[in-house]
Amino acid sequence: MRDDPLIQLIIVIAPLSLLAIGGASAIYAPLQQQTVDVYQWVSGREYLELFAIARVTPGPGSMLTTLIGWKVAGLLGALVATLALYIPCSVLCFGVARTWNRYRGTKWHTAIENGLRPIGAGLMIAGGVMILRIEGSGWLGWAVAFATVAVMTWRPAAHPMALLAVGAAVFLAVRAIAG
Amino acid sequence: MPKPTQPVSLFALYKLCFVVGLFSFGGGLTAWFHREIVNVRGWMTDDEFFSGYALSQILPGVNSTNMAVYIGQHLRGAIGSTAALLGLLTGPFVIVLAAAAAFHHLVALPGFAAIMGGVAAAAVGMMFRLGITSARGGFRRISSLIVLVATFIAIGIMQWPLLPVLVVLAPLSIAAAWPRKSLPTPSSPKAPGDA
Repeated sequence: MRDDPLIQLIIVIAPLSLLAIGGASAIYAPLQQQTVDVYQWVSGREYLELFAIARVTPGPGSMLTTLIGWKVAGLLGALVATLALYIPCSVLCFGVARTWNRYRGTKWHTAIENGLRPIGAGLMIAGGVMILRIEGSGWLGWAVAFATVAVMTWRPAAHPMALLAVGAAVFLAVRAIAG
Repeated sequence: MPKPTQPVSLFALYKLCFVVGLFSFGGGLTAWFHREIVNVRGWMTDDEFFSGYALSQILPGVNSTNMAVYIGQHLRGAIGSTAALLGLLTGPFVIVLAAAAAFHHLVALPGFAAIMGGVAAAAVGMMFRLGITSARGGFRRISSLIVLVATFIAIGIMQWPLLPVLVVLAPLSIAAAWPRKSLPTPSSPKAPGDA
């Protein structure tokens, strides 16, 4: 039973779900070790290729595990790998959220909520900075981000889809001109 | 923002998460979630959204799916969490497999990387704007602003690990937010019985 690739996928991936503290980037190193060195499902070069694909497509970068599942056992492997990554942490988060919302209205709940709120806002801005850093788009990324801030201040009702489209258009235009 | 009297439909929840998931390049579409859920639909208050965001970052796992699970739980319980999680992952699941199958054609496509980069940068701008909004309008205490700036500097500039930063900042921030007996509760928007 331990030789079944689907079981092996679950054994490798499910623990990573709960190890990803501070975001999914924490799983990439142990995932690489298990999939490339231990189980040899993909080569080192393939791993980087799959990593790049997961980064440029929509959704969490951790969809990398979906692609590894696909390499190992096709569509079923992709499905199993995806569920193995997202179910454990989702169940934990669900439990915490339910407990959290049950005590809404008590004094300590209000205090914790008001105390966590600025931390959430600070993490959000920090998260934006980190995305720009990882994307590696340089000044253009910062310029588009700040221009988006300006547009949203001027036109608060602007639809997100329009903002994203303008960002893409600006990048295309600048890259076309700059070569 | 009044609470909706009707429970949010599972399909509406799935659909919203599906659309947001489809466009979440680089993982920066929390601002879109906020706009739709707090401003447009009034499904959550600002406090509920931001404390949920902090929880989803603190808990282990994938931040974006944690946030979807939190939103779903808040609106419809277990079935809501399931709908939100599936909604968020359906689009990316299909696309990432299609992209892997077509990888060698895709990278050769002119402008592909530029479009991805532009979308991610605009999404980051939306996150900045939301952070600024909550710093300026929503905060009732100077301590909140200090905590926000300290969190940003520690994680965004110094790039210190999340866990120790939170161990220090969270208790301080919660203590500063503890309601004082002599003062009227500052969180008056929460009506009694808002369970």
